[in-house]
Amino acid sequence: MVTWLAACDGQPWNSPYPPEQAGQNILYASFSERPKHLDPAQSYSSNEVVFTGQVYEPPLQYHFLKRPYQLVPLTAVEMPRPYYLDSEGRRLADDAATGDIAESIYEIEIHPGIRYQPHPAFAKNGQGDFLYHDLDEADLDGVSRLADFPVTGTRELTAADYVHQIKRLAHPRLNSPIFGLMSEYIVGLREYAETLKQAYEKKQERQPAPVFLDLKEYPLEGVEVLDRYRYRVRIQGKYPQFLYWLAMPFFAPVPWEADVFYTQPGMKERNITLDWYPVGTGPYMLTINNPNRQMVLEKNPQFHGERYPAEGAPGDREAGLLQDAGRELPLIDKVIYSLEKEAIPYWNKFLQGYYDTSGVSSDSFDQAIQIGSGGDISLTPAMQAKGIQISTAVSTSVYYMGFNMLDPVVGGDSERAQLLRQAISIVMDYEEYISIFANGRGIPAQSPLPPGIFGHLDGREGMNSYVYEWTQHGPKRKPVSVARKLLAQAGYPAGRDVSTGKPLALYLDTTGGGPDDSARLSWIRKQFAKLDIQLQIRSTDYNRFQDKMRKGTAQIFQWGWNADYPDPENFLFLLYGKNSKIEHNGENAANYRSDEFDALFEDMRNMDNGPGRQQVINRMIDILRHDAPWVFGFHPKQFMLYHDWYHNARTNLMANNTLKYRRIDPQLRDQKRAQWNQPLVWPLGLLLLLLVAAVVPAVVGYLRHEKQTAKR
Amino acid sequence: MLAYLVRRILYALPILIGVNLITFVLFFVVNTPDDMARMHLGMKRVTPEAIEKWKVERGYDRPLLYNRQAEGSGSLTDTIFFDKSVRLFAFDFGASDSGRNIGEDISQRMWPSLAIALPVFLIGLLVYISFAMLLAFFRGSYLDISGVVLCVVLMSISGLFYIIGGQYLFSKILHLVPVSGYEPGWLAWRFVLLPVAIGIFAGIGSSSRWYRTIFLEEINRDYVRTARAKGLPELRLLFRHVLKNAMVPILTGVVVVLPTLFMGNLILESFFGIPGLGAYTIEAIQNQDFAIVRAMVFLGSVLYILGLLLTDLSYTLVDPRIRLS
Repeated sequence: MVTWLAACDGQPWNSPYPPEQAGQNILYASFSERPKHLDPAQSYSSNEVVFTGQVYEPPLQYHFLKRPYQLVPLTAVEMPRPYYLDSEGRRLADDAATGDIAESIYEIEIHPGIRYQPHPAFAKNGQGDFLYHDLDEADLDGVSRLADFPVTGTRELTAADYVHQIKRLAHPRLNSPIFGLMSEYIVGLREYAETLKQAYEKKQERQPAPVFLDLKEYPLEGVEVLDRYRYRVRIQGKYPQFLYWLAMPFFAPVPWEADVFYTQPGMKERNITLDWYPVGTGPYMLTINNPNRQMVLEKNPQFHGERYPAEGAPGDREAGLLQDAGRELPLIDKVIYSLEKEAIPYWNKFLQGYYDTSGVSSDSFDQAIQIGSGGDISLTPAMQAKGIQISTAVSTSVYYMGFNMLDPVVGGDSERAQLLRQAISIVMDYEEYISIFANGRGIPAQSPLPPGIFGHLDGREGMNSYVYEWTQHGPKRKPVSVARKLLAQAGYPAGRDVSTGKPLALYLDTTGGGPDDSARLSWIRKQFAKLDIQLQIRSTDYNRFQDKMRKGTAQIFQWGWNADYPDPENFLFLLYGKNSKIEHNGENAANYRSDEFDALFEDMRNMDNGPGRQQVINRMIDILRHDAPWVFGFHPKQFMLYHDWYHNARTNLMANNTLKYRRIDPQLRDQKRAQWNQPLVWPLGLLLLLLVAAVVPAVVGYLRHEKQTAKR
Repeated sequence: MLAYLVRRILYALPILIGVNLITFVLFFVVNTPDDMARMHLGMKRVTPEAIEKWKVERGYDRPLLYNRQAEGSGSLTDTIFFDKSVRLFAFDFGASDSGRNIGEDISQRMWPSLAIALPVFLIGLLVYISFAMLLAFFRGSYLDISGVVLCVVLMSISGLFYIIGGQYLFSKILHLVPVSGYEPGWLAWRFVLLPVAIGIFAGIGSSSRWYRTIFLEEINRDYVRTARAKGLPELRLLFRHVLKNAMVPILTGVVVVLPTLFMGNLILESFFGIPGLGAYTIEAIQNQDFAIVRAMVFLGSVLYILGLLLTDLSYTLVDPRIRLS
């Protein structure tokens, strides 16, 4: 029956997709956990921007191909150029000193004619009244999904929608992760949140939930609509990184109609919220959101017709990345994300051609990747035979081991503590760590700045000379003897405190601690043992770990950071004194403080990229290398495998809207799937025969038993 | 009978309150409302104000079990425990801490779970009982010994091995069924075929051995010897008389799990991409979503109590000597 039924639909029997999808321009991908938020005011995680990045369009975006990463207009007509005002409101020159600048003004003009995806929030009747803006519980009978609203509408994107969204960052019902940061910069945003809170509470007293706040009634001082297509944002002081934020969904437009629509009674109870069904102008719209099974993005029929870039980085033309130059985007009609919790089934389906791309998990690493004697990475012959290709990129992330600078033993700016930290930095052999625990997928960090971020230097000038020495093959970690010498200078010869004679015992706070982590933790212990330091590992869950970090009770810890935007400020702020965890609840988990570093940071963050900025960064990194508040761990490397029917596979670690550039060849995919998934039926027959063979003795035995006469 | 049922339902109430209390205490010993807020708000740029706001919105800003500030009954009712527990008894699960309607999620996810659990349960029962009967029939013979050895081998192998092995053999090598995935409605058959087969196969060892023991005990009774002496065919004897008399211990293990079938199977569902309820509670624990955890534990307890009740009722059906009083 299985054979017959499966054969009927004319596709491989093991295909997990319905036969009608054969030959269609559909990309198949997966998700392992449900995204928590799809509301652009709240969404921040990488598994969320996979969706919001395709649906929402902020004014700016990253160029798909050019490197280093470059911001370009998306819905904006041109790149906004801020102008500056002093405290009296007088306009300053573009090169005015940072200290003189009281406000930076960004005026953004968007393209006319951009329209929203079809959505019931815009649906109107013949008289021009909204069809679904005044619903009650009875109207929602039989409605359980957004698709249950039969009529949809659209309208043109206006500057007011961008302003509406910026106001939403301060909405009392929303927890925007960037509200705290933005309220330090956007003029009046903090006070605006208080105004909205009071208005909300007042309304809540009068009417039962859900309360709708019409944000048009509440002006925000620092953000205003100039005309239908232009809006202005006032920023306190100078904050050039604001442009990067303008490329994130936090600053994408949200129509007021969506807020009215989703705030109606009965909507939330049906899981119909903006957090679940986004409304945007982007190339795709989320048509199915069943996080228990499948999420589907479909081409937005109202998309404004962006084109594939005509220029890229050197070598892109030769790599075929400009073949689609000038073609209308998006190049794929539909993307189906299926829930796939486990790595093994995902990998098997990728090999069968049912997923178009895949990462490389540690389980499948040896099957997919071979590393040459020179450390060069290539695919195994089995992968090459299937036409699978690989794309690698060093992540704009850093994993590090931090010292709590408030700790009496490893912290502080005394020479003793500095030498101790430098010695530990030398013995923590991250080359070995990457080789053992990351299958070679990473590069040892010489500073907090990963490659691809301005300020990172390669080669000898980028080497951490406190930890490495230069050889003809590149940087080489200093021998343990050097570290032991430093340790002795610090007052711990052979790992013993000269003043007390007691062995030096240090404490590493870490998350995990299960069987999977034991090898990693044991390796770390061994690194410290090279200096005869006894390392006690205090494993705990992430909650307790964070608690320790907030209270400053950890001594040594491991953490990481993934860039929000490609600017050195976004890494070096992790060591800025005014960002310390204990005093300011910031991201400086080491609670490091250096007056010189802080002063340089304050200059550097407002500088344009150029030799001057590079010089300041070099000095800052020198300070960090000397003070060693971190053991600079490593920058992980991302591997992406893709089939030969998948095109424009360039990895862009900053852009979250790259789906529109991808292209597939569905005919080639179908052909390969059929070729790779020919069913083998004869083993089933064999299995049946074995089963019969096993049953025969039983039947014979039973018959013999039945015919047997009673024993005398 | 009615009095018995009412009494059992009344007994259930303190059990449910107790289970709810234990769940509450265990959950909040491990997680504080601040931890929960941080987990929901994300890892980056979480401010103390945002945490406070999150707690207020979801009612986690109140004391856990006892409110010293409140007066009278308010000291017990104006607490997280009371607020989060009382509606459960009306089966109003409310919204998860991430804002999803829990009742809606359960009603969506229970069908895929049932699509696997029900066939595994029914076909499995048939297979295990038949195999155990076969072994009992050939008791002491080489067939019985080989069967028992096979059972021991099968039950010694991890369920995960059957899953990965099954996927490898039938999906990857033979290309007969999809590795994982799910389609609603009748199209689901292609996706549930392998997990059902594996679910049944994985249970053969332990279940068949258990049933064999029950049947062996029954098969040595006097009435069996008498029936055999009267010339009753062995098959009829086994399936009509032995099985019927062995029903009480079988029902003890079987009926109790009936209502909980739709709660799903975590590992099978995870590996086969079945969007069932199996992983719902685990995901909630990982995401520190107390609303889901309490709802699922409560539902599990109710269903287990219901299963025990049904088991008691089923005894009266198979053994006329048993009376509920």
